[in-house]
Amino acid sequence: MRQNSSVFVRLDWITVILYFSLAFLGWLNIYAAVYDEEHASLLDFSQRYGKQLLWIGTSVLIIIFIFIIDGELFQTLAIPIYIISMLSLLAVLFFGKEIAGARSWFVLGGFSIQPSEFAKFATALALASFLGSKERNLDLWGNKIMAFAIIFLPAILIIPQPDPGSGLVYLALVLVLYREGLSASYIVSGIGIAILFLLSLLVPLLYLQIALAAIAGIIIFLGRKVRYFWIRVIAFLAVALLLVNSVDYAFNNVLEDRHRNRLNILLGKAHDPKGIGYNTTQSMIAIGSGGWSGKGYLNGTQTKFDFVPEQSTDFIFCTVGEEWGFLGSSLLVLLFGLLFFRLVFIAERQKTKFARAYGYAVVSILFFHFSINIAMTIGLAPVIGIPLPFFSYGGSSLWGFTFLLFILLKLDAHRWHIL
Amino acid sequence: MQRKHLFYFFFLAVSITFIARLFYIQVLKEEYKLSALNNALRVEKVYPGRGLIYDRNQKLLVGNQSAYDLMVIPAQVKEMDTLGFCRLLHLELDDFRKRLRKAKIYSWRKASIFVKQVSREDFAYIQEQLHNFPGFYPQKRILRDYMTIAGANVLGFIGETNERFIQANPTYELGDLIGKTGIEKSYEDILKGKIGVNYRLKDVHNRVMGPYEGGAFDTLPQPGLDIQSTIDIDLQHYGEMLMKGKRGSVVAIEPSTGEILALVSSPSYNPNLMVGRQRSLNYNRLYRDSINLPLFDRGLLAEYPPGSPFKVINALIGLQEGTLTPETRFTCHHGFHYGRLHVACHCGTGSPIALRKGISKSCNNYFCRVFKGIIEKYPSAQEGMDVWSNHVKSFNIGRYLNNDLPTGRKGLAPTADYYDNAFGYTGWKAVSTISLGIGQGELLLTPIQMANMTAAIANRGYYYTPHIVKAIGGKDIEDPNFTEPKYTTIDSIHFPIVIEGMFDVFENGTARGSRLESITMCGKTGTAENPHGQDHSIFVAFAPKDDPKIAISIIVENGYWGSRWAAPIASLMIERYINGEISREALEQRMLDGDLSDQYAQQLAEKYGESLADSIANATE
Repeated sequence: MRQNSSVFVRLDWITVILYFSLAFLGWLNIYAAVYDEEHASLLDFSQRYGKQLLWIGTSVLIIIFIFIIDGELFQTLAIPIYIISMLSLLAVLFFGKEIAGARSWFVLGGFSIQPSEFAKFATALALASFLGSKERNLDLWGNKIMAFAIIFLPAILIIPQPDPGSGLVYLALVLVLYREGLSASYIVSGIGIAILFLLSLLVPLLYLQIALAAIAGIIIFLGRKVRYFWIRVIAFLAVALLLVNSVDYAFNNVLEDRHRNRLNILLGKAHDPKGIGYNTTQSMIAIGSGGWSGKGYLNGTQTKFDFVPEQSTDFIFCTVGEEWGFLGSSLLVLLFGLLFFRLVFIAERQKTKFARAYGYAVVSILFFHFSINIAMTIGLAPVIGIPLPFFSYGGSSLWGFTFLLFILLKLDAHRWHIL
Repeated sequence: MQRKHLFYFFFLAVSITFIARLFYIQVLKEEYKLSALNNALRVEKVYPGRGLIYDRNQKLLVGNQSAYDLMVIPAQVKEMDTLGFCRLLHLELDDFRKRLRKAKIYSWRKASIFVKQVSREDFAYIQEQLHNFPGFYPQKRILRDYMTIAGANVLGFIGETNERFIQANPTYELGDLIGKTGIEKSYEDILKGKIGVNYRLKDVHNRVMGPYEGGAFDTLPQPGLDIQSTIDIDLQHYGEMLMKGKRGSVVAIEPSTGEILALVSSPSYNPNLMVGRQRSLNYNRLYRDSINLPLFDRGLLAEYPPGSPFKVINALIGLQEGTLTPETRFTCHHGFHYGRLHVACHCGTGSPIALRKGISKSCNNYFCRVFKGIIEKYPSAQEGMDVWSNHVKSFNIGRYLNNDLPTGRKGLAPTADYYDNAFGYTGWKAVSTISLGIGQGELLLTPIQMANMTAAIANRGYYYTPHIVKAIGGKDIEDPNFTEPKYTTIDSIHFPIVIEGMFDVFENGTARGSRLESITMCGKTGTAENPHGQDHSIFVAFAPKDDPKIAISIIVENGYWGSRWAAPIASLMIERYINGEISREALEQRMLDGDLSDQYAQQLAEKYGESLADSIANATE
């Protein structure tokens, strides 16, 4: 009894409140997105809002379950959970049911489960467990390769479903490695690669190559007094040239038309509001039409009348934007921001490397989802189908994120046991 | 720098970027709000009931009925029992495919009309089955409902607007129903009412989801105003029956008001042919009938040389000009002879006759001389001709009536200029145009002009512009063009003697066979020469003599002479209108049975040859 109440006291209530606020607001907006007068009952389980309520209810059970089991278990079971999860990802490629063109689902009876949603917390646990072992030094190449392998294995398994969005999420875990000692040069070169990637799509290849060579020449000239400096610069230049050339080649030869089109529209190179750009156009119309304070709850027309595709899942933010306006959508952005700051704070106060690394894994995954999802609805990122955590409709996704978050809260509440 | 700060930096950078972007698209940009309205708003027109049309005795002639257009949205059409569907709608399978293809070509997502104007009776049955055929739905339309089979040319019909029309009239949309002929056309603005507008929210599939802003911007349709026509539908119907089997027209006017009592054009058609699913088929059949020309309103559009009835006008002009007195006598020697010019005459008098007898016997010689006298009063034939022409024009001849009928012709009242051009020199004389004296030659009148001319005589010198509408929305018309008399150039003092002559036409003149004891009728027979075949039978009349209630002109094409067809028909019309019943049943029966089809077929044969005429006759049977 005493221990139970202590868990209750030690629980990070700020995060819990943020979690339930987001889930509740999400449910309200799902109701608005699919609302029609024929099915106005809140508890109609044939409707998405009814089901979502069910998912929220069962998430509470998951939370209770997480708090009942021993906190030590998570580190012990991290690797087995990871292995099971990876096997399930492998299995879904062969035995999964194809829904909307992607083989991402297991269908058991009336339920469908999306293993990639659960692979997130499994990978986070495995990575944290790997980093949390004693004397793990990320300067060693063996450790680095192992860490990257843990991160990229699920991505490699998920991308061919095909679900490139969910695969990309794992990139975010590189941030955890940075926090745990990986050189900042990885982040810098990551950002550098991203910039070069974009430039090679936007700028004609020849100009880009000339510009790169010119910059290299200037740098060599400035550092001409340093011995062998030019060799390193030339090496960087060679890598950069290789990168831009291969991006150009990949863009034109490897990518399929639909991917190319999405990128082109995002980059402003093509304009086609009725075709490929339809999703983004309609989504921005819905959000933009909300104005300062929105059209009022249940009064949105763009989402309710299906102008916005996937309005209850990936494009749920459109409903917020349309019905709650700038005030409501900014508030939501702030709520998520607050959650992220709180999670970093929680991660930093952990006493073990395992718990801290896990904390950063959680915040990195959530942050990546949030950034890409919102950016896509307001035309800042290409349409990559990933849900808004706790908010979008979907049982697997909500359960997956609930596991992810509450395992951290459990570890956080449990930290007092560790001396 | 602690490593967590990079995270803080990312969180802040992303949140600030998002909020700034949201501020830009939600608060600063207006275009998204407009696009959203464009997406979700559909403007629906609600068509009002068209104004009703009554006859002069408040009998309903044209009402409204609702019918349904069967619409199709090709994108929503699924696998279905196509044969069953065809049976339901009485369509051939080929026809079904053709219509569906046409709809698909127009638009995959937008609705288009699949079957037009299904009547409400047929539709009740179809609607029961319609749920089996997704993609098809009914759309209500307001159609005309004719309560009469007469007066098709007067009432007119409605039809869909075409591209050219909407370009000139941007308030209409393609496919709106507008008046195409008759009263429907000339009173379109009054009958159409005001279209209501509903703003509806629609979803991405174009389904209506509900009113916009609770219907705050919606407007109700206002039905069109009802119209009371001047037509006496009973008389109109009777006229059409009398004219059956004959080509020509009957125009009856109330002299004291200018109200058109009947406007018969024969052959005509049943106005109900212009409603319903067979409409376009029927219309094309009528439109292409180049032999009978059922859509050609002869009463308004056909121009004929008036023949003998015009002698009365010449008499009036002579009296007004002082070149003729009631006592002026001429002797007829079987015609008018001048040099090598002969105008034959069959009046058979042979002794000197005065004006009254000249009219009742329709003496050609008499009126050639009257005309010659008028022209020769002036130093030159040109001057004389222009004086004469101005008198003629004062009877509204040679110019448009400018009334409320959508169509009409000027006719022709020749002037000096006209003959200068026609002859190619200016030295012509009165005798050069002498056939004008007996209403032949270049003179052309439409039947309604003849009726109006007769009304002016009946009124002793003035007329009201003939018009077709009596009251609008329950209020009598106030247009001075119709309510104020127009005076001819003939003083009223000159009319009585002429009218006596016209009275004698029935008493002992050319139309004595059509005389009636109970009504004092005045008339004038005419036999207009027709270069294309048999003479036209013409008659004008008014009655009663001292208190004219009706003035009428009858033309029976190729009807030989005036007293053969036109005069009896005129007297029957007058009897029917004034007495309400017919006392001369044998005469009536003879007129009803009269059929000139053989005459017309023969004319066709003369023009195109026997074989062609036969094949045409077979085809039209």
